[in-house]
Amino acid sequence: MLKELVLILMAGVLVNNYVLQQFLGICPFLGVSKKFDQASGMGIAVTFVMLCATAVTWPLYLLLEYLKLEYLQTIVFILVIAALVQFVEIVLKRFIPALHKSLGVYLPLITTNCAVLGVTINNITDGYNFLESMISSLGVGLGFLLAMVLFAGVRSRIENCPSPKCFKGVPITLVAASIVALAFFGFAGVVENLLA
Amino acid sequence: MFESILFPVLLLLGIAVFCAVLLTLAATFFAVKEDERAVAIRDCLPGANCGACGFSGCDGYAKALADGVSDKTNLCVPGGDKTAKEIAEILGVEAEDVVEKVAFVACNGTCDVVSKKYEYQGHKSCRTANMAYNGDRICNFACLGYGDCMTVCPQGAISIKNGVARVSPRKCIGCGICVRECPNGIIHLVNDTTRVVVECSNHDKGAVTRKACSNGCIGCMKCEKTCPNGAIKVKDNLATIDYSLCTGCGECAEVCPVGCIHVGSFICGAHF
Repeated sequence: MLKELVLILMAGVLVNNYVLQQFLGICPFLGVSKKFDQASGMGIAVTFVMLCATAVTWPLYLLLEYLKLEYLQTIVFILVIAALVQFVEIVLKRFIPALHKSLGVYLPLITTNCAVLGVTINNITDGYNFLESMISSLGVGLGFLLAMVLFAGVRSRIENCPSPKCFKGVPITLVAASIVALAFFGFAGVVENLLA
Repeated sequence: MFESILFPVLLLLGIAVFCAVLLTLAATFFAVKEDERAVAIRDCLPGANCGACGFSGCDGYAKALADGVSDKTNLCVPGGDKTAKEIAEILGVEAEDVVEKVAFVACNGTCDVVSKKYEYQGHKSCRTANMAYNGDRICNFACLGYGDCMTVCPQGAISIKNGVARVSPRKCIGCGICVRECPNGIIHLVNDTTRVVVECSNHDKGAVTRKACSNGCIGCMKCEKTCPNGAIKVKDNLATIDYSLCTGCGECAEVCPVGCIHVGSFICGAHF
């Protein structure tokens, strides 16, 4: 049981890395990976929202299943996640202003992040139970954080490198992103043997 | 009918209403007291969120003023003197005049004077047209005329007349959004007291310019020699006015052989 949970966690972080393997949540990945502290802030905020969103959407899906309205999944999840993030923001602002300030603008930015929607829907498709879903979300969130932090490091190096003029800016960033993604392909097949 | 359509709709509506109620309650009970002055300042700003003040938007500017980060009450160009006065009143400081700005398109390459190098049939946007050999006009500094600036203008002050963007100075609030949007960078913000403008951005040599457009500045230096104050200089084959020296006498406009220097007044709503 514990072994399975660890596997799910590691799969989320490395093998099925949402950004680098499944290409979800690319816009924050490219948008706010310029500086290390911004990247880590965004990563933590996404992890936090993924956990909250899964905690709410998993029971909600039971309700939809009971009513035989599974096809409403996407729209209901979007609605609920958006409302939830706004709610969390208000509560954080009131009770933990320090955390609210450090998450800053990223919290509202991820209301409609596809990685968040993706993880909630994939948890359902993969048939995880509640605990497994939460662990999976945590793993995916950490994977997102890892990708952001790694890429922030790569990008700060790129900034100081003399790249050809036509590659400056977005093109070289995308090239770098694809190389980092290639590196993550190496993890495929590793996790299954990790604990064997 | 009820089962398949009405029920899902009602369910979704129910969830939405529930979320709305929850958010409203949260906003009421967990509300954080904001600086009253910031709210008051925010109310007198125009709310265009144009960023002309240098802050992220009206909220950002109001907060910066209330927190004492900025002590300049005259940064809001769209709001003008009226807003500056109101802000100064709230903060209890002396009001400063706002230098009001107007966007100005430095091109007069209308359809009948500038020829085309090819027939552009792509997406009607300056940005995409510019990607294909700097647009369809022979002059590489010309207004592309597909109206990207017109689309972004929050005031509807820009129109395309005979293939060239024209700003209505009466409607323009000087926010500068169009300046950032133009792919050719030919829109400038000028003080609305400006009396003389050069309506061309072409840096090519005279003969090249002449071939591309009969209204373009050919860099003949006549204006430079005529100007009694030394305010107009030909830089990179283009007449450029130093507005700190220009008195608006208009002598340069009289001698310009191609007529690309225009005299008028933005305050009176001149289109140039």
